[in-house]
Amino acid sequence: MRRMLAVWHARNLEFLRDKGTLAWNLLLPIALVVGLAIIFGGPERPLFKVGVLHAGGEIDQSTHPFLATHYVEFFSARSESDAVRKLSRHQMDMLLDLRGTPRYWVNTDAPKGYIVEKLLLETDPRGLKREEVTGKAVRYVDWLLPGILGMNIMFSCLFGVGWVVVRYRKNGFLKRLRATPLRAIEFISAQVLSRLILTMLVTVIVFVGLRLMLDFPMEGSGALLLLVATLGSIAMISIGLFVAARFTSEELAGGVLNVLTWPMMLLSGVWFSLEGSAEWVQWVAKIFPLTQMLDAARAIMLDGAGFTDIYPQLVFLVITSALFLSLGAALFRWRAD
Amino acid sequence: MPALLEARDLVKHYGAVKAVDGVSFTVEPGICFGLLGPNGAGKTTTVEIMEGITPATSGQVLYQGEPAGARFREDAGVQFQKTALQEFLTVRECLNLFHSLYARGTDLEEIIRTCALEKLVDRDNRKLSGGQQQRLMLAIALVNDPTVLFLDEPTTGLDPQARRNFWDLVRAVKARDKTVILTTHYMEEAYFLCDVIAIMDHGRIIAQGSPEKLLKEHFDDVIIEVPREDFALDPAAMPFHVLSAKEHIEISTANVEATLRYLMEARVPIQRVRIRPRNLEDLFLELTGKELRA
Repeated sequence: MRRMLAVWHARNLEFLRDKGTLAWNLLLPIALVVGLAIIFGGPERPLFKVGVLHAGGEIDQSTHPFLATHYVEFFSARSESDAVRKLSRHQMDMLLDLRGTPRYWVNTDAPKGYIVEKLLLETDPRGLKREEVTGKAVRYVDWLLPGILGMNIMFSCLFGVGWVVVRYRKNGFLKRLRATPLRAIEFISAQVLSRLILTMLVTVIVFVGLRLMLDFPMEGSGALLLLVATLGSIAMISIGLFVAARFTSEELAGGVLNVLTWPMMLLSGVWFSLEGSAEWVQWVAKIFPLTQMLDAARAIMLDGAGFTDIYPQLVFLVITSALFLSLGAALFRWRAD
Repeated sequence: MPALLEARDLVKHYGAVKAVDGVSFTVEPGICFGLLGPNGAGKTTTVEIMEGITPATSGQVLYQGEPAGARFREDAGVQFQKTALQEFLTVRECLNLFHSLYARGTDLEEIIRTCALEKLVDRDNRKLSGGQQQRLMLAIALVNDPTVLFLDEPTTGLDPQARRNFWDLVRAVKARDKTVILTTHYMEEAYFLCDVIAIMDHGRIIAQGSPEKLLKEHFDDVIIEVPREDFALDPAAMPFHVLSAKEHIEISTANVEATLRYLMEARVPIQRVRIRPRNLEDLFLELTGKELRA
């Protein structure tokens, strides 16, 4: 324990004194979120979106006169509960149910919902059954923020551990440690702990800072979100250690880490939702720990999901961590040759 | 009573290359044991097998009569030819880190004094000169108050002054009953520090013993050196054995007076003539037919 703590402490000092990297870790996510909030924060297209629950494969325009209204996009809603949730998040302006007696849902917090309701009643003055939902709009930035924080965790953990361990091996520091009683598992644990604590510290600081600046929603438990971030970080660190277990070239390790991070950055739903993308893309994305971490984080932040709702994601992250940590420890090599 | 450390028939193959080819020796407590040989002779591989850093292809290392294991790691201090430490750490922090890795510790302040690091303790380890860096590496090798200290070419790349200072340091450490195992390709260093040397070439030990004993065993002559430009005679026509005819004409002789008389009679100026005893470099040449630093 004493040996592990000594290595842990030394690694912390090395990280915290590297001012450039530390500043980069703190400022990059803030700059990305704020920058993208400015770019994508403008008014949306002047189009009303109405989800329709209907019988049959396609929406039949003849089933209701409202469906002939111009400047309104009608699209098939998958399920009632999913559509109601989207309505409450302002991802659509109204939900129309034409499966039996016509009825509709409107979000009373949404100005566009008010207008589109007027249009509906114009075409059908008999009066349909009215259901209400409430809920604040989820802005793009609210959706993006967990993505950026998750991406930052991914880069920090994968490169922060992978790159550093390969550098230690290349310059002979690991070989020097090998000549001491330090065991591989102690060294690896110290690296995991050091990177985990520092990454969580940076993430919490960035999270709190952005909260003050952007006032994004936080429906669920902060402690649960912290658990998701912690397990996600450990999974990423484990993959970093696995990559770093044998390589002696920083360039090669960097290349492999890029091959791992880029697909995750593009396909894990950091920037946009994967809903609507090809089936195989969604399937591939599911094996990425970043996807699992972001799904869980967004569910907590935007929908107020509890432990039981995100249980599958947590299990996935734990299994990923256990698998890659074991492989990393088994394959770990001190020497460069 | 078993030897403190014993190498038994160590072999190390790297593919088809035999880096170490059946090396055996014992090290008694309290001595400085030197592995001397040119670059590529297998010295570093041999000590790294002994340190437990490199696994041997075959053979065994015994520490106090038992296979070297966890206890040996606690008792050994190691200084590699080249080691990088963590970035941004001061000299003291590096020492603290390694100090914490051992169950047994010694007074760090004393090590800092011994290795003359007092003025450098708060300096970033990357900002040390070559000599200072080696003193820090020696200090790190001493943090566990080791029974056996391995020094692998510790003065390679140092200027003569720094090298001489380092030798004094090693002697001071040795005076505290430490056993030192040193590899070097400087015969002067081996002669100055070692009680016993093993000369290695092509992965094998070709001679072993105290430097004086080895020289006495192989040589009964001295060398007379005459600068080339002072020497107008034909070296091949000399009645004495001429070892080398490069910058200096090196004449091997057991009878200095007779040789000098011959040179004077042949009108060779003797103002710049130098007489020196045989050294380990000559021994290496004698044993292998090649120069140590070739």
